[in-house]
Amino acid sequence: MSGGVGASGAYTADEMMTVTAARQLTNGAVCFVGIGLPSAACNLARRTHAPGLVLIYESGTVGARPEVLPLSIGDAELADTADCVVSLPEVFTHYLQRGRVDVGFLGAAQIDRYGNLNTTVIGSYSHPTVRLPGSGGAPEIAAHAREVLVIMKQSPRSFVARVDFLTSCGFLGGSGERGRAGFPGRGLQAVITDLGVLRPDARTEELKLTALYPGVSVEDARGATGWPLAVADDLETLPPPEAGDLRVLRELHARTEAAHATPVRIKLPAAERH
Amino acid sequence: MPLMRLADAIEQHVRDGQSVALEGFTHLIPFAAGHEIIRQGRRRLHLIRMTPDLICDQMIGMGCADRLTFSWGGNPGVGSLHRLRDAIERDWPQPLTIIERTHAEMGVAYQAGASGLPCGLMRHYADTDLDRARGAQMRTVTCPFSGEPLLAVPAITPDVTVLHAQQVDRNGNVLIRGITGAAREAALAARCLLVTVEARVERLDAPLNALVLPHWLVTAVSVVPGGAHPSYAAGFYERDNRFYLEWDQIARDRGRFQQWMQEHVLSSRDHAELLARLRVAA
Repeated sequence: MSGGVGASGAYTADEMMTVTAARQLTNGAVCFVGIGLPSAACNLARRTHAPGLVLIYESGTVGARPEVLPLSIGDAELADTADCVVSLPEVFTHYLQRGRVDVGFLGAAQIDRYGNLNTTVIGSYSHPTVRLPGSGGAPEIAAHAREVLVIMKQSPRSFVARVDFLTSCGFLGGSGERGRAGFPGRGLQAVITDLGVLRPDARTEELKLTALYPGVSVEDARGATGWPLAVADDLETLPPPEAGDLRVLRELHARTEAAHATPVRIKLPAAERH
Repeated sequence: MPLMRLADAIEQHVRDGQSVALEGFTHLIPFAAGHEIIRQGRRRLHLIRMTPDLICDQMIGMGCADRLTFSWGGNPGVGSLHRLRDAIERDWPQPLTIIERTHAEMGVAYQAGASGLPCGLMRHYADTDLDRARGAQMRTVTCPFSGEPLLAVPAITPDVTVLHAQQVDRNGNVLIRGITGAAREAALAARCLLVTVEARVERLDAPLNALVLPHWLVTAVSVVPGGAHPSYAAGFYERDNRFYLEWDQIARDRGRFQQWMQEHVLSSRDHAELLARLRVAA
């Protein structure tokens, strides 16, 4: 599935995914944002229906309003547009651990049927087949944010029955295990993919298919999932992106590409020139 | 606070086998200092950096380190650090022992080090596979007041912390503006603090609560304009995102990596010459 055509013209599956993710965010929420797809979705939301969304990046930039999407989590664009910039220990202890974050928005290399995340290794830890970047801020975001959203492309390699490595806790083994462990946050509330949306079952906490994009079938979603994917009774088909959302998203990406292609020049004092 | 050439500061203060923290969170990464450590051929270092970034990728690939403490080892916004992966996955150019933390744990560990405490505390609810893999490196303790389980994170106390900053004043006080990461905590946790700066000024003109490292905490300062490139220095130059994208190709292949390091870092006398070779100097 590579997208579709709606009333507002053709769109890609990536655009549908980002627009759907943005729609999950409510105006005024305080959101701890991961880099990449989460950052694109959060900034689209802030520029459309949620202008009061407060974005916190782990670089300590609180209330960032970037004009272009940052390539790294600590680009100058985030600091220059923030309400304030605090230290890394402060953002993780005083903001996140203290319970001041409503939504944690993450990506991952692998997610399992109970929403546990792996960003550490494929294969064994001591002799990995693929060494991934690691934890970063995700374990504490997944623990402390009031709720967690995940955005990632769906495939049998990334949506697995059991993660190779548990980096960040979702519902652990499900059926209330997370709650009994005493986590303050409610945990994962939605996984937004390039095919649709998965949400945890109220009782078992296993992820099930609750929404599809136009033109995507249940079989497509099941074929891209590494466990027997359950389907919600009230499965819905989401509307295609609106023209306004697509325009804002495309402008954001165009500004970002132009900014990242600009050569850097560093002015050296005459004595330092070679 | 002696003001000295970077080569002399590294020569005098960084020894084989030491633990060396290089901090600066995406911003103000001390590339010039890391390159000088590579030029001077230091070995068996224990590198400490939350996000190893390109500088640790280069130091590990050049054989400077046998140990790394870190919390997120990717090329930000691009993908893998190929030299780090090659060291972990295939022991090239030598085996690398990793001590892995989360960002929050690194922050707490630096705070503990800076506070003279043996460990810092965090809330903890369930073990992850990282907790299990680390074994006794991390322990849970019970709060003596509330009875709640807490994670005890051992302090980080580097032999040397290396930072890049914007300015040093005539008395040797150092100012850091913008995103600071755990720079203050890493500076105060170390036995020896080396700083490179963009510029020397008469007065810092900073607010009283700005991040100023007083002169008597700083072991040595070196003026190295552009010293954070390809990361950035707020107020001086932008992050070289194009270089971060190019590094993905350079570092993928062992031979191409070694050739690049030879032609750029090893054969440049200093950072200014390297910037000229990279055609970013103006």
